[in-house]
Amino acid sequence: MDTIYYLVQNMLPVAVPLLLVALGGMFSERSGVINIGLEGIMLFGAFFGCLTVYGIQRTGMGPQMILLVGMLVSAIAGIIFSMLLSFAAVNMKADQTITGTALNMLVPAIVLLFSKMKFNSDGITTDVNFYIQKVPGLSSIPVLGDLFFRKTYLTVYIGFLFLILAAIIFYKTKFGLRLRACGEHPQAADSVGINVYVMRHAGVALSGFLGGIGGFFYAVGVMDGNANGHTGVAGFGFLALAVMIFGQWKPVRIMFAALFFAFLRILAYSVALIPFLHNLNLNQTYFKMLPYVATMIVLIFTSQKSRAPKAEGIPYDKGRR
Amino acid sequence: MQNNQASPKFKDMITGITKSKAVSTFTAALLAIALGLIFGFIVMIVAKPENSWYGFTTMLFGGLRRLGDVFYYATPILMTGLSVGFAFKMGLFNIGASGQYTMGMFFALYVGFMWKLPPGIHWIACVLAGMVGGMIWGFIPGICKALANVNEVITSIMFNYIGMYLVDMWIQGNAVIYDSGKTRTSYLPVSAQIPSLGVTGSNVNVAIIIAIALAVILYIVLNKTTFGYELRATGYNRYASKYAGMNDKRNTMLTMLIAGGFSGLGGAFAILAPSTIIGSSMTYEPINVIAANGFNGIAVALLGSSNPIGIIFSALFISHIQRGGTVVSSLYGYKPEIIDVVIAIIIYFSAFAMLMNSNVARMIKKRRLAKEASGNPGNDGQQDRKEA
Repeated sequence: MDTIYYLVQNMLPVAVPLLLVALGGMFSERSGVINIGLEGIMLFGAFFGCLTVYGIQRTGMGPQMILLVGMLVSAIAGIIFSMLLSFAAVNMKADQTITGTALNMLVPAIVLLFSKMKFNSDGITTDVNFYIQKVPGLSSIPVLGDLFFRKTYLTVYIGFLFLILAAIIFYKTKFGLRLRACGEHPQAADSVGINVYVMRHAGVALSGFLGGIGGFFYAVGVMDGNANGHTGVAGFGFLALAVMIFGQWKPVRIMFAALFFAFLRILAYSVALIPFLHNLNLNQTYFKMLPYVATMIVLIFTSQKSRAPKAEGIPYDKGRR
Repeated sequence: MQNNQASPKFKDMITGITKSKAVSTFTAALLAIALGLIFGFIVMIVAKPENSWYGFTTMLFGGLRRLGDVFYYATPILMTGLSVGFAFKMGLFNIGASGQYTMGMFFALYVGFMWKLPPGIHWIACVLAGMVGGMIWGFIPGICKALANVNEVITSIMFNYIGMYLVDMWIQGNAVIYDSGKTRTSYLPVSAQIPSLGVTGSNVNVAIIIAIALAVILYIVLNKTTFGYELRATGYNRYASKYAGMNDKRNTMLTMLIAGGFSGLGGAFAILAPSTIIGSSMTYEPINVIAANGFNGIAVALLGSSNPIGIIFSALFISHIQRGGTVVSSLYGYKPEIIDVVIAIIIYFSAFAMLMNSNVARMIKKRRLAKEASGNPGNDGQQDRKEA
């Protein structure tokens, strides 16, 4: 039982960045813009979030308050950075995959350049303890308290709050409906007076918002509050894209996909605790590869009947109907 | 007067050249490069204003002092560039060049250390092994794309990570290849090293000649053979070419196989190079980091607009400013990452440079028309030709 508690407690902080970033990718792709630059957006958000934490960690604020401020800054950073993508993809009608790749290459270089000039290191190291030993009150609920309210981060609760908000915006608002229309049939959307360019800008900006926060939450929940230009976010942006495809571009399914991947990853790092896996006596590297291999296998089985937004990746041209 | 008679023909010729696709892609690439360099200059001014001008000129021309190294470092990115560019022609985005490169490097290392072959044959066997390694790693995403419709971008990214972890594990587990005291691979036996071209103070070797020859062969295959025609046709319109009876699935798999082979060769060329100290060779540190040369290959391919001949020049250019960057960092204390920033910005702009280019051309044309309307057409004809 303790092992299960341990796995769940460690899985959630890993699942939340994947969840948020995949939701971001969902908003962008359902509006019709492929966002392969999520990896870069994540690192950009993580970098500015950690920079903020570094700046205010001596001011005597409580750690959870610092986390919220860092989150806000990382969200703004993510939005601003994602505008580079939406400008190229929507206004300049550039190839979205190439632009995303350029953004992915740009961020680690900027982070390394800045950190080396400023701190003479590969990244930013902060020393705020964001860890929550137990949530007062709730942690004494028998099983649930152990699973969800002990040894965790504030990021977990914020993450699930964003999931609910995202689902509501996506399905219950006029904005969400219009956004989805632009990814399926932009010409039809335009013919009823929806501004496709604005909706696509909004979709990419939302992905920047969620991607930036997801990156910062990765830095908090996985990297202990540090951001590093060399290791970046270890392919989490790409994994999030896989999560999004596995979740078929739908919020709740994305949540389950994110939990699945996070579980695999935690399994890989806690082999020593699980006698069955430990006895297999495999090289640890095999377990580290597990999330990536699982992505492959899942994609092979789900891609055939993939429900990708029909107009994704195609720049919208008013003259071409 | 004679001059006047010849001028319409001359004018036609000039406009014919300037309006052709090759020139517009070339000027688009130049525009992207210029914007990238300007941005790099701004970063330098912000970082260290007093050295910025010297730093900038060194970045631009510093590579000329190390021409041998420029060619040496151009070899692997030329190969990965060909790999990405070739797949692009088919409409596939081979972002997995990095994993294929790493796999090729490992296969080359393995044959280099574990097989005993006579000198003269050994390094060729290593190079071929590298090609096979890359082919395998490119083929799997190709199969997934052709048979299960899996997006090749995601698969090949996953294969970058899987390949990197596998290779690092295999290297660390092999006592012959891995020098655990120095946490890197040992020096290759001399018979496995690619013959040097004998430029003093540089690692440049025969591989660059092979790489350029391969680029030329690729150009011929793409433009003069049925296979190349089918690839390009599929790249333009998958459905039309399928309708015309071209085997879409087979071509997808073949393209990824060949693209993987090119990246694998890049890895082999990089690791099998002799270093400047006699008897030593290039080494690899298994530190769980994705190979940067694969991603630089994307930059090279984009800048060369996927044309094999263009890729030769763009690889040399990227390698040149990278060498300039190392000179800058050693002389003026700038960080070498400036070059990575510049390259990333160049790619970003080259993604829409064609459009920007045509916008600029349209603007100039408009201005010319406005001027012509206001009379005095003869004077600025000369200027416009230059600007276009």
